[in-house]
Amino acid sequence: MTLLAVERIKLFSTRSPWWCMALAVTLTVGMAALIAANTNDEFPLSVGVSQSFSNFGMIVIMVMAALAVTTEYRFGTIRATFLAVPGRVQALIAKTVVVAVLAGVIGEVVAFGSWGISTLIKPNADMAINSSVEWRNVAGTGLVFALSAVLAVAVGTLVRQTAGAVAILLVYALLVESLIGLIPKIGVNIQEWMPFMHANNFLTADSAALPEGAGPPRLDFPFGPWGSLAYFAAISVGLLVVALAVAKKRDA
Amino acid sequence: MIEAIGLTKRYGTTVAVDDLSFTIAPGRVTGFLGPNGAGKSTTMRMILGLDRPTSGKALIDGKSYAQLDRPLRTVGALLDAKWVHPNRSAKAHLQWLAKSNGLPDRRVGEVLDMVGLTAVAKRRAGGFSLGMSQRLGIAGALLGDPQVLLFDEPVNGLDPEGILWIRQFMQSLAAEGRTVLVSSHLLSEMAVTAQDLVVIGKGKIISQGSTTEFIEKATENSVLVRSPHLSKLGPLLVDKGYTVRNDDDGALTVVGATSDQIGDIAGANGVVLHELSPQRGSLEQAFMQLTGDSVEYHAEIGK
Amino acid sequence: MDQVTLLAVERIKLFSTRSPWWCMALAMVITIGMAAVIAANTDERFPLSVPVSQGFTNFGMVVIMVMAALAVTTEYRFGTIRSTFLAAPDRVRPLLAKTTVVALLSALVGEVIAFGSWGIGRLIKPDADMALNSAAEWRNVAGTGLVFAFAAVLAVAVGILVRQTAAAVAILLVYTMLLENLIGIIPTIGPKIQRWLIGRNSDHFLTAGNESFISEGGGADQPFGPWGSLAYYAAVCVGFLVVALVVAKRRDA
Repeated sequence: MTLLAVERIKLFSTRSPWWCMALAVTLTVGMAALIAANTNDEFPLSVGVSQSFSNFGMIVIMVMAALAVTTEYRFGTIRATFLAVPGRVQALIAKTVVVAVLAGVIGEVVAFGSWGISTLIKPNADMAINSSVEWRNVAGTGLVFALSAVLAVAVGTLVRQTAGAVAILLVYALLVESLIGLIPKIGVNIQEWMPFMHANNFLTADSAALPEGAGPPRLDFPFGPWGSLAYFAAISVGLLVVALAVAKKRDA
Repeated sequence: MIEAIGLTKRYGTTVAVDDLSFTIAPGRVTGFLGPNGAGKSTTMRMILGLDRPTSGKALIDGKSYAQLDRPLRTVGALLDAKWVHPNRSAKAHLQWLAKSNGLPDRRVGEVLDMVGLTAVAKRRAGGFSLGMSQRLGIAGALLGDPQVLLFDEPVNGLDPEGILWIRQFMQSLAAEGRTVLVSSHLLSEMAVTAQDLVVIGKGKIISQGSTTEFIEKATENSVLVRSPHLSKLGPLLVDKGYTVRNDDDGALTVVGATSDQIGDIAGANGVVLHELSPQRGSLEQAFMQLTGDSVEYHAEIGK
Repeated sequence: MDQVTLLAVERIKLFSTRSPWWCMALAMVITIGMAAVIAANTDERFPLSVPVSQGFTNFGMVVIMVMAALAVTTEYRFGTIRSTFLAAPDRVRPLLAKTTVVALLSALVGEVIAFGSWGIGRLIKPDADMALNSAAEWRNVAGTGLVFAFAAVLAVAVGILVRQTAAAVAILLVYTMLLENLIGIIPTIGPKIQRWLIGRNSDHFLTAGNESFISEGGGADQPFGPWGSLAYYAAVCVGFLVVALVVAKRRDA
């Protein structure tokens, strides 16, 4: 418990998390407002449409999570941390938990904020969250944000350099997973096992809300939405376990 | 008490620390002396559990660092004053450290007072001068009121006032019965700060003992003699078994004799002396002589 | 110092650190390697063609943008930018020299990637129609160097403006890989905005008239033709550089 408090103090006493959180919330919710304002009969507003910008928030939160570790390495405070808490695994797990919980909260704020502002702008649209698909689409965002943060902390711990960690995370999540689909035949089969594709499947499976061509290609996933979430969680946590083992072994 | 037992660290084929064994006693300031690159920082990092020894171990009061419960209450360390997030305030930096070891929040105010940073406690640490950063680092080391303190090159880059402050501070900590280990590459600084010295070069122990002993042993005692009758005096001194060197400006340097002995010999033989002055080799020269072969990077002077 | 000396200085600076080598190697190996994987998996239904062989070049471009941004932000991080400005106090010329060196190198990497991807495709599927026999196909392959070069100019500009590695890399990557696509989600006006975004225009320059199963080669509703799109893209990138140079000249180093 003390370690969680320690990591909370550390995270909130620097500026970059505040910037990242503010950017993630305002830009995502702002874009949701812009989208809602431009919906019409041809492109009607729905719960799914209101959530279509949440990927942006997730990426910013991943940057925040990676920075929470890499700045400690950059400024040497990781050594101060390991002097105060020689059990490195505990210290890093506490950090991961704090960052993941915060990411989860931001995810919910982004999701319900986007939904709320859309409802305000188009009060007549069908924005009721009345199916499990819609609940998953909105309330599930926090879970996806939290697990992406775990993944980002793991990459940050392994790479230790800000530029490297941020570039790897963003290029992988935003580019590699979709470019893989260009490989004829097998590309799609590979994509069906890629973590962020599964995160997206968890949020959007069975929701036919996106306009044609705007969403990711529909893949034939091996799991249902909750299975996809479990798979995404397993990969994130697996990577974290590897990162913790490495951090424990190597010189600080 | 700090003990190193066969401490060794290899990076690939380079041996940074080579089978170091020493004991640092409480109640004294112990200087950890060696040229840059001798392995001082690596040794300190191994004592503190940051780096993993290739072999051997380091113990603090009989335990390895990782075995200490709430380690800041036992050991305080200042390895690098810049190990602070630049956008975090001095106070917040100390607060998370205190929290991590279950120390009361008021302790933060106390140590800030001790190092004289109370007025700037809420300013971001990135804006601190080197002297202020150093004080913040010391505040962090003192947070848990530890019995064992380690400082790595604490006076590097400080102004004379800062150097004096840190020196007196370390001495007062030792006077309270604490174990204080302070590393430096300057013998002159250690000569006035430390009672004991552990001297290393290229990762190996060169000498271990009290500072005065080290200086006695290390510095060459000689006597400069001027006289109009040097040609008579010189052979007399050589006959007594002393080493005599002819200096360029017509003086003799005698090694191995005291000025009393030389004066007696001169008087007994009717030699007039114009000067008879004991010379003390400089500390830096002595240090260079001892560690000369073990400096990692040599600069060729005057070529 | 004359401009030739400044270029030599920047070349030495760039090549004496490790990250540019890593970025270049990564950009070339992964992009060409993926082109090989794509080519090996083509068949009658998904036939290999010149545009298909170029399908992964965006990856290379993004890595090169990271390299270009790092070339500036690491100078700020390690304080060497001050040494640079001490050696050449007017600031604009050394920064221009840096931009030129980085852009030329990026162009070179772009050409290596484009022709490497094309060449490896030909090797793997010798029977595929991989001849470069139309202006559109030449543009698709040889034009890659131009696109890489201006992407590097933009990245250098953002690096100068932001000065921090993490922020510069995040801004560049999030913008090029995410925002440009997400904007399209806004109903009605989204696609209209997208037509004016730089990535759309550089893509249009490369892919116009190059239909394949991986891209429509469309861009019928783009405001300009392929070369007009390139000019527009270049103008925006250079515009950012001008702003960055003015800012760098005025603020404290």
